[in-house]
Amino acid sequence: MIKMLQKIYRFLLIAIILGAGVAAEKTGFIEYIFDPDQYPLIFRFFLQHLYLVGYSMAMATVIGLVAGIMLTRKQLRRYAGIIMYIISLGQTIPSLAVLALGMSFLGIGTTPALFALTIYSVLPIARNTLAGITAVPPPMIDAAKGMGMSPTRILFEIELPNAMKVILTGFRIALIINIGTATLAFLIGAGGLGDLIFSGISLMRTDQLLAGAIPVTLMALAADFLCEILGVLLISKGLRLAEE
Amino acid sequence: MNGTLDFIVGNYQKVIHLTCEHILVVGLALAIAILIGVPLGILIAKRENLSKQVLVMANVLMTIPSIALFGLMLPILAIWNLGLGKVPAIIALILYSQLPIIRNTYTAIKNVPPEIVDAGKGMGMNRWKLVVEVEVPISIPLILAGLRTAAVMNIGIAAIASYIGAGGLGVLIQQGINRVYPEMILSGAILVSFLAIFVDGGMAMLERILTPRGIKIQRRLVG
Repeated sequence: MIKMLQKIYRFLLIAIILGAGVAAEKTGFIEYIFDPDQYPLIFRFFLQHLYLVGYSMAMATVIGLVAGIMLTRKQLRRYAGIIMYIISLGQTIPSLAVLALGMSFLGIGTTPALFALTIYSVLPIARNTLAGITAVPPPMIDAAKGMGMSPTRILFEIELPNAMKVILTGFRIALIINIGTATLAFLIGAGGLGDLIFSGISLMRTDQLLAGAIPVTLMALAADFLCEILGVLLISKGLRLAEE
Repeated sequence: MNGTLDFIVGNYQKVIHLTCEHILVVGLALAIAILIGVPLGILIAKRENLSKQVLVMANVLMTIPSIALFGLMLPILAIWNLGLGKVPAIIALILYSQLPIIRNTYTAIKNVPPEIVDAGKGMGMNRWKLVVEVEVPISIPLILAGLRTAAVMNIGIAAIASYIGAGGLGVLIQQGINRVYPEMILSGAILVSFLAIFVDGGMAMLERILTPRGIKIQRRLVG
């Protein structure tokens, strides 16, 4: 039964890929992306998208990490519960609503989009940093204290490396959501690949629609892959071995 | 803010209609997603060699941005004239719900203490009975947590689905942006957010109600 299911699974996968190829040809998508009038435009939208994602993710990572670390320090630890609650409440707010709120307070353009994207991406990163550091076993920190490490050294040599896996999970969630939300940023006038998708839907032009949808999908999958590589690079070898 | 409130009160019929539409789309998708996801989660917990493929597949689906998924489905569904409207929205919501539901069901069933399963076997339960009477009831809290994640996420995606004609509260945001009518945008954004927060709270309550009494007593004894 398992063998059969696996065979069906493989067959389905091949059928999907073939079907996608035929659909891409039939809808004129391939012609569209190689059209000399179109591909510079697609490329520009792609760069715009990358700019939105890169800029907001860079800011969100810095803010999220700093906020997460600050909330685990002794002086601020008692606020951690409340902040966690606010963050989880903020995460239930839909992405389109966040963008719409950004637009109604800051107007249209790239700035409100960057602002909304940053705020929305800070939440998972800050939450996971907080959760990761809190989950570091206290005996480990005590041992480090016993060895005479200063709080700063404990943070960089004990707490952060041990929390890295959870932090990276948060970063991955933030990045994937960010790429999806940046697609919607077109609606508030920030451009990006969403331009092609939304115009394609409005004009019922499948080729244009796919020229936006396929690069965005590939970008998200590439980001997922990038996070996996980051995991190999940033998580210490010992922890990875311990997991296996 | 006053303008937003006035807008909601002034258009209460439309607002109620859109809210119901939103809940209907999300609820229907969630119901179908449970019927697919929970059995699949149980299956891969029992057949370990399938688990990786199914979870990776669900993970890839989750990675695709929602509006791009609508776009990718449009040419395929257009063959049956279903490219726009509620059908593609519901299909996309079902696909997105799979990861949280399957993953949580899988983890929950895997984490059922083996001695409890052994006890069930000792009482002469067959495999079917073990699943229905022992493993699933013990897994319910975690399965419901997965449903809660899926429900909140689906409310957000259903808002975007208004752009492919699925209706719902996203319509207020969409039309508000088109007409540069801040009160309309704000009321849409606020209502969708409230709906998500409300459903999140409701599902948390449901989790508490549906958890079997034995587990609650055990938790109290341990904690």
